[in-house]
Parts: sequence; C-alpha cells; structure tokens
Amino acid sequence: MHELLIQQQIEAAHRTGTKLNIIGGDSKSWYGREATGEPLPVTRHAGIISYQPTELVITARAATRLSVIADALDECKQRLPFDPPSFGEAATLGGTLACGFSGPRRPYAGSCRDFVLGCRIINGKGEVMHFGGEVMKNVAGFDVSRLMAGSLGTLGVLLDVSLKVLPHRQTEQTLVVKASLAEAIGIMNHRAGTDLPVTAMAADASHVYFRLCGTHSSVQKSALLMGGDIYADGLQLWKGIREHSLPFFLDERPLWRISLPSDVPHPVLSDSDDADWLIGWGGAQRWLKSGLPAGQVFAMAEQAAGHATLFRGGDRAGEIFSPLSEGQMRLHRRIKHAFDPKGILNPGRMYEGL
Amino acid sequence: MQRMKKEDLISRLKPMLSQGSVLSGEEELKPYECDGISVYRQLPLLVVLPETIEQVQAVLRLCLKLKVAVVARGAGTGLSGGSMPVEGAVVLSLAKFNRIISINKDNRSAVVQPGVRNLAISEAVDDLGLYYAPDPSSQIACTIGGNVAENSGGVHCLKYGLTVHNVLGLKMLAMDGALIELGGAALDGPGYDLLALMHGSEGLLGLIVEVTVKLLPKPELARVVMAAFDDIEKAGQAVADIIAAGIVPAGLEMMDHLAITAAEAFAHAGYPCDAQAIVLCEIDGTQASVEDFITSVEQVFQCAGAVQVRASENEAERLKLWAGRKAAFPAVGRLAPDYYCMDGTIPKSALASVLRQIAQWSVEFGLPVANVFHAGDGNMHPLILYDANKPGELERTEAFGEKILELCVKSGGSITGEHGVGIEKLDSMCLQFGALELTQFFAIKDAFDPDRLLNPGKAVPTLHRCAELGRMHVHDGVLPHPELERF
Repeated sequence: MHELLIQQQIEAAHRTGTKLNIIGGDSKSWYGREATGEPLPVTRHAGIISYQPTELVITARAATRLSVIADALDECKQRLPFDPPSFGEAATLGGTLACGFSGPRRPYAGSCRDFVLGCRIINGKGEVMHFGGEVMKNVAGFDVSRLMAGSLGTLGVLLDVSLKVLPHRQTEQTLVVKASLAEAIGIMNHRAGTDLPVTAMAADASHVYFRLCGTHSSVQKSALLMGGDIYADGLQLWKGIREHSLPFFLDERPLWRISLPSDVPHPVLSDSDDADWLIGWGGAQRWLKSGLPAGQVFAMAEQAAGHATLFRGGDRAGEIFSPLSEGQMRLHRRIKHAFDPKGILNPGRMYEGL
Repeated sequence: MQRMKKEDLISRLKPMLSQGSVLSGEEELKPYECDGISVYRQLPLLVVLPETIEQVQAVLRLCLKLKVAVVARGAGTGLSGGSMPVEGAVVLSLAKFNRIISINKDNRSAVVQPGVRNLAISEAVDDLGLYYAPDPSSQIACTIGGNVAENSGGVHCLKYGLTVHNVLGLKMLAMDGALIELGGAALDGPGYDLLALMHGSEGLLGLIVEVTVKLLPKPELARVVMAAFDDIEKAGQAVADIIAAGIVPAGLEMMDHLAITAAEAFAHAGYPCDAQAIVLCEIDGTQASVEDFITSVEQVFQCAGAVQVRASENEAERLKLWAGRKAAFPAVGRLAPDYYCMDGTIPKSALASVLRQIAQWSVEFGLPVANVFHAGDGNMHPLILYDANKPGELERTEAFGEKILELCVKSGGSITGEHGVGIEKLDSMCLQFGALELTQFFAIKDAFDPDRLLNPGKAVPTLHRCAELGRMHVHDGVLPHPELERF
C-alpha cells in the first residue's frame, strides 16, 4: 500500500521532472550535501518481512527502525555484524544503508555493504525491481544491491533489504594502554596483524583501546597475551565512539571523517593547530575536529592515499565528499543516468550535479 | 571481409605489443577456445598478450575504433564460459600481468597484477603470518583478476566472505582506455561503490589491470569435525543446528552418499562409506576458542543423530579429512565419462526438499547425481553424471540441470552461487530476473561500455532471448515481457 504511494509519487515526479527528497526516519538529514526537492516520505514502509536465524538472513522494509531490527536479532542472540551507528532513535535500515554507515567493528567484521544480500528498489522512473536475494552466495546479474549502499538515495528508493547477520559475541573485554596518537598507529597495526580476536581499536590523545570478543576462555587468554589494563566500561566507550556521544564530538567545529590506510603516520596535518583527533578502525578512520578550509582537508587526505568527508557541520552547500577523478565522475554521471535519467532522486545530495 | 579485418587488426596490433604477443594461427588459438566448461567452444579472431597497462590501453582503443569485441581472460578456469571467446572477438589475455607489485605488512594489504594466481598471494605472504582468504577450488591455477570478475567463493566464505569482501581496490580500464581507480588501501571510499559493482561483472564493465587485496593474520589453529549421518535430512538439520548454536564455522561442507563413496575410493580420507551424508565443520581461531567451539560442534552433531563424529587431533588428520572433500570432483569424475557441475544456491531450510526432488529427477532422467555442498551458505554443487558420446545425453543433462536451477530460484535461491552466468546460464537468468531488472542491467552495461564491446552476449540475456526461449519468470501469475511477441 505504502509502496504503491511511493511508486506513484516517483512516477509522477519522473513525468514532471520534479526533484524529490527521500525522507525515512529523518535522523540523518544533516549528512551529505543540502537536501532539495519535494519531500518523499517513506517512513510507513516499515516492518520485518522475514527472519530465519538459522539462515543468518533478515529481510525488512527499508523504514524499519534499526532498534526494531536490533531487538529482533538480539532475541535470537544475533546482530548486524557491521555494528551500524544510529545517530538517533528514529534511524532506519534504509537510511543506514543509503549512508553506508558502519561502526567500530567494521575493519574486522566488514562494512555495511559487505552484508547486503539483496534489495528491492524503485528507480527514478518508478520501476520496482528486485536484485540479489536472501542467500549468502549469489553471482547472478550485476551486484546492484551493494551499489545501493552508500549511494545516498541518488539511484533508487530502497523498499526492502536483505542482510546477512551473525551470532552475538559470547564475551567481550576492553583493554587500555597509555600512548600518544602517533604511537597508537603503530600499536594498533601491530595488534591487527596478530591472530588475537580483536574486534575494535581506537585511540584518543592519551590512550589506545582494544576490544576482544569470543568465547570466555579465549578472551581471557588473549587479554593476557595482549597486555594493558582492563577498561571497565567498554560497552559505553564503544557506543560513545559509534554514536558520536563522547565529549570529543561535542566540540563546535565541523567534524571530518578521514579515511586512510591504517598505517599512515599521525599526524597527517602537521602544520595546523586547528585540529583535534580521535582515531578509530585501528587507524583506518580518523575523526578530525577542525575549522580548516575543505579544500585543504581534501588535499591532505588525498596526499595520504585516502579521502575525507565533511561529516557534520560546515558548509553543506559546498563539497562534502572528496572530489572524484574525472574518469570516476564520468562513470558516476552515467550510472546515475542509468537509474534516474531525469535526476529527480536526492539530486546533489552526494555531489553537485549528481 | 572477416579475413581482411583480421589481417588489418594483426598489422595494427603487432607494433603495439612485444614479439609473439599476437596469436592468430588456428593451432595457436585452439587453447583459448573454451574455459573450464569445455562443452562451450568458440575460436577467437585473435589472442593478444599485452604486458603493460599502456599496451592494454592501446589494444582497447584500437578495438573500440574498429568496433571489435574484447574478451578478457585470466587462467581460463571459469566454469560458466565467462572467458570463452565470442565470435569475431579479440581475446585479451592477462597472463603476463603476473607480478606481485607490493606487500604491505603494516596495513596488511598487497597490490598485485590481475594475472597473479590466487594461491600465489598466500604463498608470498606466508612468512609474514598472513594469507589471502578466498580459496576457490581452482586456487592453484585461477588468477585474482578472474576471481574479481566472477566474485569467486570457496569453502571458507561463510566466515571470511567472497572475493568482494577481500578486495580493497582495483585499477580498471574502460573500453576507451581510460584508467579508473576504485577503492584502495583506505576503507569505504567516496561515491558509488563501483568496487562492489565490478565484482562478478564477468568482464562486461571494464578490464581489471591491478588489484589491492586484504590480507588476514593466519589463525593460530584450525580443526575439523567430520560427522556421518544415516539420513541426509538429519545432516541438513545438523547444519542448521550448528548455526542456531551461535557457531560460525570457517567451513561447513556436506556430501551425499554417492559423493562420499567416490571421494573415499579416490582419497582414502576415512569417510564411512555406508553413510548417507557427511558434514565437515571446520573451526579456526585462537587455540582456546577452537577448543571451546569444537566441543560445541561435537555436541550439536551428536544431538542431531550423527552415527559417527570425529574431530581432527592434528594438522595431518585435518588435511586428511579435507582431502576427500577437496578431491570430490575428480573422484566423481571417475564414475562416468563426463559430469556436469551445477552451482545453485538455496536457503538452508530448503535443502532436504530440494535434494528429494533432485533424487526423483535423477531417476526420471536416468542420470545419476552426486551432491557436494558448501552447506553453510546454501551453495549446492550437484554433479550430474553422463556420457557425452551417447547421442542426446548431453542435451538431457542440460535439461536436467536447468530444472535444478529453476528449483533453486523457486526455493528462494539463485541460479549461481559462485560460478557465474557466463554463456552457460544465460537462459536460466530469464527465470531469476524480469524484464525491468534485465533492462537495468543493460543500462549499467551501457554506462560503462556504450558500444557493448566488452565480453558481449555474456552474463545478461537480452529480453528477446528470454522471450524466444519461452523461459518465463512467472511471478504471481503475471507473465514477464508482455511487450514482446511470442512465437
């Protein structure tokens, strides 16, 4: 029913060339470039469609709240492996997927897109299509489902999504070691190269934090091997990093996400005082609080073989994501055109003109 | 006409490439006429063996100008005809791109050329305590470029994922020779996830010329448990029970009676030949966690009614238990002159009913079937035994195979889990996708390759083909492609 309404609004917009702003839980309207266009509410297309714990697959309508999914999985001692942040109660599965968000576990378990198995979408012509499926392995046709992850609603409106899920950890333990940020990079990469069951690593200005997960005996023994002090409130710490509720994130300045090869030495911005850092993903994701001009941050990230996103704050009408190469941008335009020939779905939300 | 075109192409290609890198005689082209599925054959117009990215770019630009199709080829071990030449096409072999460019121990990645063999990566980083996780059965021979093109799996997918989960970046060439970098050692790049889209695109979207792979620390320990069952349904339930118990095995494999007896006779792995099914469950990780989980696995199997449960006590035993499974295909190959390897996926809950149906059809078609599965991820490999020299038997086998794939789709699965569509499953694609999806696939193809010169005619069937074959994807009683005429 709601699906039909969504489809009709897209069909009508396609006919008239009306730009649409897709709105799910509206918990992440601050992300990406400024939204424009007529609102396309999708909130009512919600609910879990199927969940078979022994298949390790859940299929839900896109506007299903992340919390609803987490509760359903929790009941069967399972979880979303990519540990997504919700950034608000109203966060939905579709919005999370559209943003491609993953939490602290990402480098060790995989990213949001890694766990997408299939989806139903409506493209910019109002056509309902089904890609992928509900099985772990499926190489029939191009992988449109994973393409949807992180595409910010610019290629299609997500209707239903199937994700691979995994069992919960049995035990977890967080350890802490004193270290500067520069030292932390070396320590984290060294640990990641061992066979210890690390599932999260982060560093602030004075400490490095490690999370171990597994069976009780395995976590105990690994903790001894790894060394460091037991950090009592690990659960809160990782939640604070995931949900950006730590004091670091409350600073007024814009928040940048810098994605780098995990071993790139710290600091990457040696010439600036206007830079505070929190390092996650074992060195691969570096949060930066800074009022530096966007161009300077993009250039710095590129020099270090990575990329930057103006995650929160700053000029949302300017460029938010690292510039694409000419070849990449040409492909992006053509792909956008292949899904949304009139450019009506979340136009400009990712890049200007896309 | 064709002759002139060929001579013209040769004369233009030769100055671009090293001596001996343009193959044109029939005896030189013969080895390239098929890939791992030899029932489909086609001689290419020419084969070129470039050595540098610049040479590949020059070949592509020339082929674009002359509107000559290009089929990329790695080791040619694919099982769906993905790298089988198409008529009048240039086969572009990446065999000379066989260098590991760099290994980064610190961030656990390696940059390799596409013609590097899958296993060669793990061998090269072995002394660093690292490895590359995806392990398709052809890993001794198959190349990483082909793995990306097919999104290859292996026996460890359930825990470690497919190729798409283990590749960080690619350099690809568009048909016009433009070099495009996707991803890299930094995670989750900006823009659309074209890195994911390239995986499993079967050479239709671009030419892969460099791959950055993720390397993992080798687990401290791996052990395998073999459980034998007197009933295949019990074995299927045991697989579900393992997952329900919160265990994520590194590998979870199953074989049926015919596959067991063939494998045991071939590899002497110690499988009980009177069993109707065996399940192999491998656990890896730290020693402590492996011991904990092995105990749980043994309990689960016993509760599920296994008639025999045996855990490997050392590496030699582990390898021996795997030897049978790994030799299953050649072992089954000794039972009949030919076998046809299917590759469908189904939800695990459908396993028993799908197997019963296959057994019934096996009798009806008069063709024995041995079943080997990646049970953990519902990926079945029914091996249909036949004799290609008996008139009509190949056709009967293909018909049987297609019925199996149709059943996979009806059961909520897919026509291919890891072998790809290629040329082999084009018709079955019409069962899985409707006209809108197929049209969208072509729109994606056109976004990358507007002249449709890269591996044309593979992976995605035209609407016309689906309609002509009368192979309908009937959903809710609605006929697909109503816009097309029926004959």
